[in-house]
Amino acid sequence: MNPIENGKNHIIPYKTFLYVLAGLIALTLTSVTLTRISLGTLTVTIALIIAAVKSSFVLRIFMHLKFENKMFSRAVIGVIMLLCAVITITLLDYLNR
Amino acid sequence: MILVTHRDDLTSKTGMWLFLFTEMLLFGGLFIVYSVYRYRNPVSFHLAAHDLSVAIGTINTIILLVSSTTIAMSITAIQKKNKKLALLLLGMTIVLGLAFLVNKYFEWGKHIKEHIYPGSSVLALRGHGDVLFYGLYFFMTGLHALHIIIGLVFIMVITASILRDKINSENYVLLENSGLYWHLVDLIWIFLFPLFYLIT
Repeated sequence: MNPIENGKNHIIPYKTFLYVLAGLIALTLTSVTLTRISLGTLTVTIALIIAAVKSSFVLRIFMHLKFENKMFSRAVIGVIMLLCAVITITLLDYLNR
Repeated sequence: MILVTHRDDLTSKTGMWLFLFTEMLLFGGLFIVYSVYRYRNPVSFHLAAHDLSVAIGTINTIILLVSSTTIAMSITAIQKKNKKLALLLLGMTIVLGLAFLVNKYFEWGKHIKEHIYPGSSVLALRGHGDVLFYGLYFFMTGLHALHIIIGLVFIMVITASILRDKINSENYVLLENSGLYWHLVDLIWIFLFPLFYLIT
């Protein structure tokens, strides 16, 4: 036995991964179909929302964040917020020139 | 006598995540450059994106999603002491990663044949916006492809370690870390794909 046991060794069933994969592929195809129909400025928003949903699946299930020490999820949220803040500030600057 | 080596899996994973954060910021910076250039050249970005093949982009997206699933499943396999299945799943991940690169090769090859690449005089004639779009396209997908290559080497090393039982059901944090890296590469592609191929 390993002397230092860090966290629970959560075993995710194979099935879960296959369900997530099916969901991710469905979202990809939805994204492709929706952007083919021209929705104007909405297209960008929809494509990015779908990409965000897909990333949350990858982060939570594939990257085990859902089952891992909460410290990791908090740090990831922190980095995403930092990125969003920088993007917002940069765009505010360009939009108001 | 039982040899007990000191090991700290939580710290190992923390180190990997910290590295992944620097990667997120690296690509995040590039996405900001993309947003600003797109905002300043909406028409040419719109038209230039039409030249990219949505079909190849979609196939590559699905290839990466499946490869992410196989590497994630290989962790379950190693936890369940199923070494053969873990090796098979990692082998599939490597093959899928290579397939992604082959597609990328044909995609880039087609653009280069049409004299569309950074620094090309034909591209320069198409205007400033196109130069920026393709500059970003080649740089961002190129940097992403470099990450795929590094990820593949990482996974090959891990596969060899599993073969030699250095990574087993008691000690698989390195496999988890290689998985994290591969998923990050997938995550970046999830954003690259709509931004370059879909939003036209």
